[in-house]
Amino acid sequence: MNAAQEFLKTLGKTFSEKFWRSAYIRRMTYLPNTFHDWFAARGWSIHPHQQAMLNRADESALLLIAPTGGGKTLAGFLPTLVDLANGTHDGLHTLYISPLKALAADIRRNLTTPVTDMGLPIRIEDRTGDTSSSAKRRQRADPPHILLTTPESLALLTSYEDAPRIFKGLKRVVVDEIHALAESKRGDQLFLALSRLQAMCPDLQRVGLSATVEDPAAIARLLAKNPDPCEILHADPGPEPDIAMLETEAPPPWAGGGAAYAIPAVLEQVKRHKITLIFHNTRAQAEIFFHNLWLANEDALPIGIHHGSLDRYQRERVEGAMQRGELRAVVCTGSLDLGIDWGDVDLVVQVGAPKNVKRLVQRIGRANHRYNAPSKALLVPANRFEVVECVAALQAVRDRDLDGEPRGPGPRDVLCQHILIRACAGPFQADALYNEVTTVGAYQGLTRTQFDDCLDFCATGGYALRAYDQWQRLLCRDGLWQLRDPRSARLIRMNVGTIQDSDLLKVRMKRQRGGKPLGEIEEGFAASLTPGDTFLIGGQIVKYEGLREMVVEVSRDAARKPKIATFAGTKFATSTQLSQRILHLLNEGDQRAVPAHTRDWIDLQARMSRLPRAGRLLIESFPHDGREHACVYGFAGRNAQQTLGLLLSKRMEEMGLAPMGFVSTDYATLIWGLDPLTEAEPLFDRAALRDGLDRWLAGNQLMKRTFRASATIAGLIQRNVAGARKSGRQATFSSDILYDTLAKYDPNHLLLDITRQEAMRGLIDFGRIEDMLDRIEGRIDLIRLPRVTPFAAPLFLEAGRTPVEGAAQERLLEEETQRLMEAAGLA
Amino acid sequence: MNGYDFILAGAELTALGSGALFWRDKNLLCVSDMHLGKTERRARMGEANLPPYETHDTLSRLQSDLHATGATTVICLGDSFDDAAAAQALLEAEKLWITRLQAGRRWVWIEGNHDPGPVDLGGTHLHELPLPPLIFRHIAKPGHSGELSGHYHPKVTLPVRGRAITRPAFLIDTDRVILPAYGTYTGGLRSHDAALGQLMRPEAIAVLTGTTPRAAPMPR
Repeated sequence: MNAAQEFLKTLGKTFSEKFWRSAYIRRMTYLPNTFHDWFAARGWSIHPHQQAMLNRADESALLLIAPTGGGKTLAGFLPTLVDLANGTHDGLHTLYISPLKALAADIRRNLTTPVTDMGLPIRIEDRTGDTSSSAKRRQRADPPHILLTTPESLALLTSYEDAPRIFKGLKRVVVDEIHALAESKRGDQLFLALSRLQAMCPDLQRVGLSATVEDPAAIARLLAKNPDPCEILHADPGPEPDIAMLETEAPPPWAGGGAAYAIPAVLEQVKRHKITLIFHNTRAQAEIFFHNLWLANEDALPIGIHHGSLDRYQRERVEGAMQRGELRAVVCTGSLDLGIDWGDVDLVVQVGAPKNVKRLVQRIGRANHRYNAPSKALLVPANRFEVVECVAALQAVRDRDLDGEPRGPGPRDVLCQHILIRACAGPFQADALYNEVTTVGAYQGLTRTQFDDCLDFCATGGYALRAYDQWQRLLCRDGLWQLRDPRSARLIRMNVGTIQDSDLLKVRMKRQRGGKPLGEIEEGFAASLTPGDTFLIGGQIVKYEGLREMVVEVSRDAARKPKIATFAGTKFATSTQLSQRILHLLNEGDQRAVPAHTRDWIDLQARMSRLPRAGRLLIESFPHDGREHACVYGFAGRNAQQTLGLLLSKRMEEMGLAPMGFVSTDYATLIWGLDPLTEAEPLFDRAALRDGLDRWLAGNQLMKRTFRASATIAGLIQRNVAGARKSGRQATFSSDILYDTLAKYDPNHLLLDITRQEAMRGLIDFGRIEDMLDRIEGRIDLIRLPRVTPFAAPLFLEAGRTPVEGAAQERLLEEETQRLMEAAGLA
Repeated sequence: MNGYDFILAGAELTALGSGALFWRDKNLLCVSDMHLGKTERRARMGEANLPPYETHDTLSRLQSDLHATGATTVICLGDSFDDAAAAQALLEAEKLWITRLQAGRRWVWIEGNHDPGPVDLGGTHLHELPLPPLIFRHIAKPGHSGELSGHYHPKVTLPVRGRAITRPAFLIDTDRVILPAYGTYTGGLRSHDAALGQLMRPEAIAVLTGTTPRAAPMPR
């Protein structure tokens, strides 16, 4: 066996063969001989974009856009390897940032072997939350040439007093999967940390590696030091994906999201392909689909499940089995969207409407990683309306029309954390930090007043009542801001990061000693269980036995039908662009791709009522089952339609129409009540809606959830304290109470301001309601009909109805306590 | 008045929705674990500066309970202050407010683990207070009866139609009552905890605080 074969064997073939095969360098001008010989011996060829990255290694900021599987990571590393080959560089040379710990570790393994093989004098190490503290200490004292890390670990590194020494000599920073980071606060934290690095190393070069996105210039602006320019390189996007809607004998149902009807057809596809990834939009749907898949899996095909609620050990087992080629299919969620290569995936199945074209394209890219072969994907709509959405999404993919919502200015809670991290590293001048922060693209519009408010929050809490001035966290001495108590640095460091997982409880099999861990469920879901209840996790039905020391204990259960797994049901809203495409498709679009059963449904709607149109708002009013109904086709996405439901039902209450409840989907809201809606204009009075929103927001759960996230990021609430991580339950006070107290005594506090801003574009999404109002400009078509319409009918089957009654909780509590007392014979 | 009436060792008591306990025959109001000055103590310890309004909020609720009940005796069941220094560091206005509340009332500070020493505010400072047939102390002692105590900050979570409602709660059986924490920034210990399970009899009930207090079998 020669060295190359041996090398490939040690790497395991899935990732590395591709990784290095793409690396044969034709223009040896740029490569030392060692490289050339080593690559040439393998007969690999370089992609043009990898060459281009080498040619432009001197740019101060460079963004590479390449499709999944295009050899992005190598393209990012080649200039570093070449630069380090002569062994003259001392200390840290290149920082590599990835959104996943696992990806950092993977890249380290894949780089280390050939570097050793070629005898290159390059030290490569990774540093993540999993790295031992002794290794971390050593890395600080003696940094490697290439350090692979995550945004959180980097932020932590910049918080040390000796940061300037650690980063001395740093020349390049490579941000992998930058498109994923750019959409979240992790990205904001990363770019703030880069501004720190740039201040320490003025000549630092920034390289970003991105999958295909709708607006590369927006990512370039985040990557580069503002206002410097950023070069953008586009790799060949590769062949058109082979993507279609799955044909089934049975038409999809009217409502619901399970797609159980498609199980036989999906199994058939699994049989015909080597490895199939079956994506779902939520974990609960993935669990239910996986369960049903196994009930129908008569050939016992090896099929696994992978999602973020599963125990790490369980996930790693599935990942391992997949890389060894032992699985034929994996049912998964977004947890498989990023990074690691999963071997010879030759089919991607998307169950449920994709909601967002960009994510769909990135998912499709997970199939067929050979660069010049088309990716193959099938969409499985879960209900009749999703058929329309899938057809619209397919047309968007073909038109290469990706969607994305602009993210708005950099969030100030992340800035607060950045200020605290900066303070840990030593005294600083407010002017200097402000100038640094505004070199970050997302924060370029930050005013000095906004910055000072954040600084004041970090220092004193920013309260109207300055009762505790002597205990401020930061104080200014001789023009330099610093920690009052240097010991508080430890607590700040322990709470670095912007990832907010809601409070999760571990699930274990009940045994005498430490049963097998299965995964995690949300605390709220756990609290809703009573012993004997069954739910799905990791593809098996388990019975809830009880809660012991923060662990949910379960036992195996042979039942065939579980209580629905409602944990972690993040639902994405259909993007604005896709919603507009759907409206277009319904009216003047090319409907040839729409299956007959769904076309009939659309035609029937057009005959019985009207089709919703872009630029107008259709409202149907009809009696059904003894109640009056109003169906509002806003096409504003699930979150905004839900908010619209709350606001409209409030307005209807004021108008005396006695609304009783409502339900929302991505495209419509159905409100029912005692009296018919006869006049729509007053409902949509913008000022009144706004006013209703403000009043409703004050006591709203969504606001409290948003507040908890922002308050944690900004450092008001510490998730981690010395000793153990505290859970929501052990917390000495709840963030809800802090929210209520602030709202009562200090309503203009910075954190409440941040919370309102976040909620407006997140869970409450009032922004999209306002966009809709802008689009329709008062063109509202209220039509009165004798009966329920084809488009409204599915809403009657939709889960998640919201009753309209302020005192709901009190009433429910009264009923339940009464029942329990009677059952216990105590009443 | 909105309360849950029950009898302990022959004494007729009322659990109020605010978390206070009222003994009508003695015209006595009892609150536990106010933890006044908690934000000051946390700030002093170098932790994040919480919104410093909790003392104001707690005293406002105590004031309205005193008005509603017309109580002439007040028993604070311990941990009234987050620590001795926090008691010292109360704002002048807050100290005056406490003095106003004390005017014309018999006021007893029972000592707790957070505030073991005497405080420089009016009222009597006691380790525990027997008022037959009842006894008031901070931490429950197994084997005693007619006992009113606090310390554990009990709270109860009830699953109600697929969601969970969590409230601070009184735990009540034939021997004792454990009061919920009255302070604004006080978390709690779930009734499932072994410490509470061992103290309370199997037939114990929980009275959930809120607009209207509601009784349920103590979840364990």
